[in-house]
Amino acid sequence: MAKAGSNLNLDGQGNPVWLLLELTYKCPLKCAFCSNPTDLDNHPDELSTNEWKQVIHDARNMGAMQIGFSGGEPTLRKDLEELVAEANGLGYYTNLITSGIGLTRKRLENLKEAGLRHIQLGFQSSNPETAHWLAGVDCYEKKLQMAREIKSLGFPMVLNVPVSSVNIHQVPDIINLAADIGVEYLELANVQYYNWALVNRDQLMPTREALEKAEAQVAEARERLAGSMTIFFVIPDYYEGRPKACMNGWGSIHLTIAPDGIVLPCSQARTLPGLNFPSVRDRDLSWIWHQSESFNLYRGDSWMKEPCRSCSEKEKDFGGCRCQAMLLTGDAANPDPACSKSPHHYMVTDAVDRALKTRQHPEKLIARAAGWVPTEV
Amino acid sequence: MTNSNNYTGLTRFRIAPVFMFRWEESQQAYVLMYPEGIVKLNPTAGEILNRCDGARTVSDIVAELSGLFSEAPDFIEPRVHQFLEVCYGKGWIQPES
Repeated sequence: MAKAGSNLNLDGQGNPVWLLLELTYKCPLKCAFCSNPTDLDNHPDELSTNEWKQVIHDARNMGAMQIGFSGGEPTLRKDLEELVAEANGLGYYTNLITSGIGLTRKRLENLKEAGLRHIQLGFQSSNPETAHWLAGVDCYEKKLQMAREIKSLGFPMVLNVPVSSVNIHQVPDIINLAADIGVEYLELANVQYYNWALVNRDQLMPTREALEKAEAQVAEARERLAGSMTIFFVIPDYYEGRPKACMNGWGSIHLTIAPDGIVLPCSQARTLPGLNFPSVRDRDLSWIWHQSESFNLYRGDSWMKEPCRSCSEKEKDFGGCRCQAMLLTGDAANPDPACSKSPHHYMVTDAVDRALKTRQHPEKLIARAAGWVPTEV
Repeated sequence: MTNSNNYTGLTRFRIAPVFMFRWEESQQAYVLMYPEGIVKLNPTAGEILNRCDGARTVSDIVAELSGLFSEAPDFIEPRVHQFLEVCYGKGWIQPES
């Protein structure tokens, strides 16, 4: 998933810059913080190889430069190498976002050959048992092995570790593990509460004290590892009081294609009720981006309510996340309740209070179950 | 990392392997892409980085930029050096060994 506030110093001049392909919702893991829809099995019928190639071409013609191959687990698609080669040939910077399960040395070599530039590997923990709890599958050794294979083939690598109450105390160990593997970037991604993570929110929410401790540990490590590894760590919006500049604004630079061809401003937007997102099977991609009602609905700021509409920070955070506003307040046009100026901000502070009163134990995590594919790990 | 002793006029720089550098038609600019990031370069910066090809020396780049922008080498040279130091500090370029 592309992060909020992705590192960018250009605008798309009205065109998409980032293309994220969710090649499949299938995944051998069943992570309790998964951001895929909770009704996974209702979205069958993945795009064919040729349909994906058409999307890759069309978005490039519109100006997209970065492409992410994601999922689900994208390596479950046998045509991944073919799609990477197509994108590389068109001049994209190609990113693979993977759990590492489904990768082999041979496939990595083939992906390198196809022109893959960078791999983001999802990692749960520096401890095999914690990793098992979080992913619902015993996969630690396999992931570690793949991380080392990725580095041995010279790929630049982001190690992405979703952080929650379950593993936040392991942050120093995770940093040391990342340094030992030799990754260029470590992303300690505080879990955001959508879909499966929202189901498990009471179990996953860390305390403010734990976050501040981790932040200090990260600051120390940044100094120690300067020049060899970049560490991303952002205090989550539930605690920050400021909303995230989600996707740099709705329909601004991010374009996501779901496995069945539905075109989305972000991978979460599918959960917004009442919106009819078009499919690349029905309409031209450029029309969907520029003309469709769903892409224009929250573009710019004319849709905003107060206090966003007159807020001095609206150019900076775009009113936060539409999906979070919908999930918590029932109206996507409301200010993101993560913002302390939102009249619904109490919903976030109440959720924090409730979570911290809950007895948290990893055995209580509800694992993503639908769409699970068994595999040797 | 950004002191000028890191290289001489004879150094040949190339783009570091993590980065992808190319002309982007839709932006009418050179861009530098890396994991989760894009930098759009201004025309001068783009012309300098475009010559960090592992073949040209820093002195070659100064001479070419001087011709390209019709400025005296004395004017161009410190500016090229300043920008290369920034690029080196950011890890965008590496000296050819």
